[in-house]
Amino acid sequence: MRPLRLIPPDTAFRFIALRKRAYVVSILLILASVASLAAQSLNFGIDFVGGTLIEVRTKGPADISAMRQTLSALDRGEVGLQEFGQPTDVLIRIQQQPGGDAAQQATVAAVKEALGDSVEEYRRVEVVGPKVGGELIEAGAISVALALLAIMAYIWFRFEWQFGVGAVLALAHDVITTVGVFSILQLEFNLSTVAAVLTIAGYSINDTVVVFDRVRENLRRYKTLPMTDLLNRSVNETLARTVMTSVTTLLALLSLFFLGGEVIRDFAFAMIWGVIIGTYSSVWIASATLLWMGVRPSATDELPDDAEVARTLGDR
Amino acid sequence: MLYFARWKIVVILAICLLGLVYASPNFWRSDNLGTNLPSWIPHKTVNLGLDLQGGAHLLIEVQTSAVLQERLEAVEDNVRRSLRDARIGYRGLGVRGSAVVFALREAGDAGRARQLVAERDGLVTVEIDDAGAARLQYPPEVVVDVESAAVEQTLEILRIRLNELGLREPTIQRHGADRIIVQLPGVDDPDAIKELLTQTAKLTFHLLDQRNADPAAAAPPGARWLKGTDSLGQVLDYLVEKRVRVSGERLVDAQQTFQDGQPVVSFRFDSVGARQFGRTTGEHVGRPLAIVLDNEVISAPRINEPILGGSGIISGSFTLTEAQNLALLLRAGALPAPLVYLEERTVGPGLGQDSIDAGKAASIIGMVAVLVFMVVVYGLFGVMANIALVFNMALIFGALSLLQATLTLPGIAGIVLTIGMAVDANVLIFERIREEARVGRGVIGAIDAGYDRALKTIIDANLTTLIAAALLFWFGSGPVKGFAVTLAIGILTSMFTAIWVARLMVVLWVRRRRPQMLPI
Repeated sequence: MRPLRLIPPDTAFRFIALRKRAYVVSILLILASVASLAAQSLNFGIDFVGGTLIEVRTKGPADISAMRQTLSALDRGEVGLQEFGQPTDVLIRIQQQPGGDAAQQATVAAVKEALGDSVEEYRRVEVVGPKVGGELIEAGAISVALALLAIMAYIWFRFEWQFGVGAVLALAHDVITTVGVFSILQLEFNLSTVAAVLTIAGYSINDTVVVFDRVRENLRRYKTLPMTDLLNRSVNETLARTVMTSVTTLLALLSLFFLGGEVIRDFAFAMIWGVIIGTYSSVWIASATLLWMGVRPSATDELPDDAEVARTLGDR
Repeated sequence: MLYFARWKIVVILAICLLGLVYASPNFWRSDNLGTNLPSWIPHKTVNLGLDLQGGAHLLIEVQTSAVLQERLEAVEDNVRRSLRDARIGYRGLGVRGSAVVFALREAGDAGRARQLVAERDGLVTVEIDDAGAARLQYPPEVVVDVESAAVEQTLEILRIRLNELGLREPTIQRHGADRIIVQLPGVDDPDAIKELLTQTAKLTFHLLDQRNADPAAAAPPGARWLKGTDSLGQVLDYLVEKRVRVSGERLVDAQQTFQDGQPVVSFRFDSVGARQFGRTTGEHVGRPLAIVLDNEVISAPRINEPILGGSGIISGSFTLTEAQNLALLLRAGALPAPLVYLEERTVGPGLGQDSIDAGKAASIIGMVAVLVFMVVVYGLFGVMANIALVFNMALIFGALSLLQATLTLPGIAGIVLTIGMAVDANVLIFERIREEARVGRGVIGAIDAGYDRALKTIIDANLTTLIAAALLFWFGSGPVKGFAVTLAIGILTSMFTAIWVARLMVVLWVRRRRPQMLPI
């Protein structure tokens, strides 16, 4: 069988010329993320804000409005009900109860009594008290911040400092927009999401490092090539790998998204978003940063204008 | 490049083989095949997390401040008694925050008071100012010791209680300064166990106070009102002497038995307890003796004759389970401090099995998709990368089994993600080989340069992900930790399989076939 070439050899897309448009897109994404975070915050799961989460399987299809009525009568504040995966499964979320950790525990008992015989199986009961929630937020924030710092330090150590800045800008871009997507779509933000964000950071940096490695190699090889051309060349040379790895990773993640079950779906979604945004940022954020950070002090680069870009892309 | 030292080949093959051997028990876990195998074959399997096998995870806080409070109240008692005995005037004695305070009537008594306190409790620090205002406190290191001892004691008591319940492999461990994690595999309705774990189980024997008093009014000095249920199930108010005649700490055994067909609890004291019990019952024949558990009167039988053997029976209106639980609690001893549940996560067996099935399906479909894709794109080299990927999976499961790591649902996600990302190293190498071939290198030159140049990139790229995994492990909790472990193991094994296993296959193929063209 003849091997298939997903990306033809010797591509010469002028990626870097598109950077201004990419900046606009990225700035819009970041603004939207920040605005959404400011306006509606995140839909924090009970891991972070405390509260009670109960997944029940009812006998026969669940009558959610009847359940809502039953549970509202308990007077435990906001009760969220949601069909979970199939008609018999319902996810019940009850907000943090005033009165400390003991009050959370009492809520579960009250719910179990109220639902009584209609429930076939309590599939999952999670109760998180106010104290733990606060600690988990702290640990999550620390781990994300430390990951960013450690990765920056590593890149700094292995490359010139300009690369470190580029990598971290790309990383921050990916983290902010991922959190932003969770805010805009109001997907539940919980401990697994933090794990997903950190993995996205790892993936994004992985991708960036591959491109940077090639840039460094080309910087040594083509000493007189204008920086723009050099960056374009580097991105093109690594394009086949970038696409291949993104595709295999996405294949695995799509499988997880569709088959991995309800509990893991938001995690898979975050990762899919992360693979896409991470690949994008390696080219247009990380590499483009190198251009104005001046990795090669002597380089006096001629930047092509956008008209030329359109022509080039048309030719291909 | 074509040279591969023989010992290297042996090591690579040995590691792969070990991976297969250690991973293999996981595949016959569910059937009977495993029982017929010789014992030298590894039989450890991956531990399934509670979210996969079902079970309850409880995070408990020991309210250690109560222990200190109790210590301070004891200090207050001692001070009152000592000062009174020594006829030293004082006023305003009480516990304020983390200190016992009082004021001497005569500031000149400061020296004697100081000495009296020190005789009773050498650990407490005493400050008395010129006006005679005294402040007694425990130094911070003593407080830490006291609280830590309380947590250790709680851990021990909970361990006994759990073990006696006959559960399947419960685990209990200390977590931080004042917390305890209890994991109960297979328990999907932990309510009863939760109640049993947090019950203080403080047992004391008191005489009933025989003065006439009105339950609605305050109890007379030296006594207090306690509620209790009599044999007819009626709730009564008992006037109980404050003085503890015998304490539950003196119990050495307690068992559930039957008396007149009713479930009761028999108990036995140690020698000190037996003496105290004998004296109390001997001097007060005819009076009711209240058996008090956690400030509630279980029963108050009349003392018919002195009980000198040091053993007795508690009869209340128990059900069989209540009697069994009471015996268990008395055997394990009383908790030194109240407990509060900070977090509870319970997964039923149904959801656990569904998660396993879904995880399996996602892994298999994801893997097949990646395998097919690799062959389509890289042909023969893709097949070699695929064989490396299969070994990679074996190594991951082998390592998880060997380390007895816990596989959680996010852990499965980590494995699926690894399947997708593991081929990255080979993709980097293969693309580099293609490139080198394009610029005119021969087969061997291209392969050689491809591996050589890609290696640096692979290490850089993987180390950064490894950093993220390490941080996840340190800061994550529970399931997230499981994810970090599988991710980190996946990164290491995928580097090994790409750089060594796949490369070995490529080299052996080139040596044997001496190809003139690269099939890539």
